[in-house]
Amino acid sequence: MSETYELEVNGVSYPISAAMDRSLLSILRTEVGLTGTKEGCDDCECGACMVLIDDQPVNSCSYLAAQAQGRRVTTIEGILDGENQLHPLQRNLLDEGGVQCGFCTPGMIMSAQALLARNTSPTQEEIRIGLSGNLCRCTGYQRILAAVEKTATEA
Amino acid sequence: MSLAIANSIDDVLTALAGGARPIAGGTDLVVGARQGKSPLPESLIAIDRVPALSTIEQTDGHVRIGAGVTHSRLMSDPLLVERYTGLADAAALIGSPSTRNVGTIGGNVMNASPAMDTGAPLMTLGAIAELRSVSHTRQLALSDLWTGPGQTSANPDELCVCIVIPQTPAYSGSAYVRLEYRRAMEIAVVGAAASVVLTEDGTIASGRLAMTAVAPTIVELVGASEAMTGMAAVDAADVIASLASDQAVPISDLRGSDRYRRHTIGVMAARALDAAARRAGGERIGVPVNRNLGIGAAR
Repeated sequence: MSETYELEVNGVSYPISAAMDRSLLSILRTEVGLTGTKEGCDDCECGACMVLIDDQPVNSCSYLAAQAQGRRVTTIEGILDGENQLHPLQRNLLDEGGVQCGFCTPGMIMSAQALLARNTSPTQEEIRIGLSGNLCRCTGYQRILAAVEKTATEA
Repeated sequence: MSLAIANSIDDVLTALAGGARPIAGGTDLVVGARQGKSPLPESLIAIDRVPALSTIEQTDGHVRIGAGVTHSRLMSDPLLVERYTGLADAAALIGSPSTRNVGTIGGNVMNASPAMDTGAPLMTLGAIAELRSVSHTRQLALSDLWTGPGQTSANPDELCVCIVIPQTPAYSGSAYVRLEYRRAMEIAVVGAAASVVLTEDGTIASGRLAMTAVAPTIVELVGASEAMTGMAAVDAADVIASLASDQAVPISDLRGSDRYRRHTIGVMAARALDAAARRAGGERIGVPVNRNLGIGAAR
C-alpha cells in the first residue's frame, strides 16, 4: 500500500508516493529519477549506494526512504559546484586514474566528500578509515587514496 | 507495512503497546530483512529523532547513555573516551563510518548478537539496561537481559531507553580487542574486554573480563577478579588466558572453528587485560586499541 511523503534531495523537495518498506536507494533511482547512486551488493557491504543524510555518509540500500523525511539527502548529482563543472574529487579521480569501471566511484566520492568536510587535512590512515565502507574491484585503491589526498592538499 | 516517526519516548511506548517494533538506524533490522533472515515488521516506529534517547548524561555516580546514541558518538565523546574507553574501542570497530553514523548502542544491545562488539566492554563496566513501557520502568543487568543468540528477556512492549554505567574509580582503565580478518565491515571472530582497578603500587586491586563470540551470549569470565587480585597485570596474563580458554564454549562456523576460537580467546583476553592495565596506570593508548597496538587485521 502506497503512502505519500516529502523527500528533500539535493535541496529539492520531491513528493513521494510509495510503499513504506522501500529503501532510499530504490526511491532515489526509480521515483526521484537520480541514477548516479548505484546498487552494488544491496546488502550494506559495498558502499556503491552511499549518500549523505544530514551530511553523514549512509548506505542508502539498507535505509528506509520514509525515515529520511525531514532530513537533507545529498547524492552524487548534488555535489557539483555548477553546470558542467567537475567537483575537485571527480577531477582528481580522473587525473590520478582512480576510475576504471566507475561503478564504485559515486559512493567513493560521497564518503570522501563527507570526510573532507569535517577534516580538511586527513592523514593517509584517516582517508583509509573514511573510505573503509567502500569496495572497489578494479583499481586496487591506491589511486583513489591518492586522488583524495590530492584534493585535500589543493583545498 | 506502516512506519511512523516518533518525537518523544511516550510516542514510542504507545506505539510499542499497540504492537509496533522500534527502528533506529536499521543496520540490523533492514539489512536482516534484505538478506531474508526475517521480514520487516508490519508496523515500525522510528526512534532516531527522539531527543531524550540521544543524550549522554552524567548523574550522581553514573553515566546514562541514551539508547539512540550512535557508534560515531560513542567512539568520540570525550567523557566516554576518557573514562569508559573499552566502550569507545568497541564502537570504533563496528562496521564502517556509515554503519557507525546510524547504528546505535541500544540497537546493538537489544539485537543481542553473541558477536556484538559493545556487549563485552559494557559488561566489564557493570552496565545495566533501562527498559520502559507505558506501565513501568525497570533496570536489568546485561547478564539477565541476554538469554540467547538474538534473544532478550525484554517484553515486546518495552523500549531500552538508556544504558546506565557506574562511575569508574581512580586508577582504573578498560579496553576491548577483537580478532578480525579485515579492518572494516567485520564481525568479531572472538573478542575480549577488560576493566581493571590498580592499587597505588600498580598491582591489580580488582578487575572484570568478558568475552565475545565464544558462547550463545556475551559472557563474563567467572573468577577473573579473584585470579588476578594482588598480581601485576603482566603476571596475570597467563592465568587469565587459560581461564578464558577453559570457559569458552564456542561454535564452529565460517569465521573460525571452535578449537581456533577457544585458543584465540585466551590470547585476546590477555591482550585486553594488558591494554586495560596500561590505561589504568596512566598510559595513553588511543581508540581503538586494535589499531594502536597492532592487534587484528594488518593494513
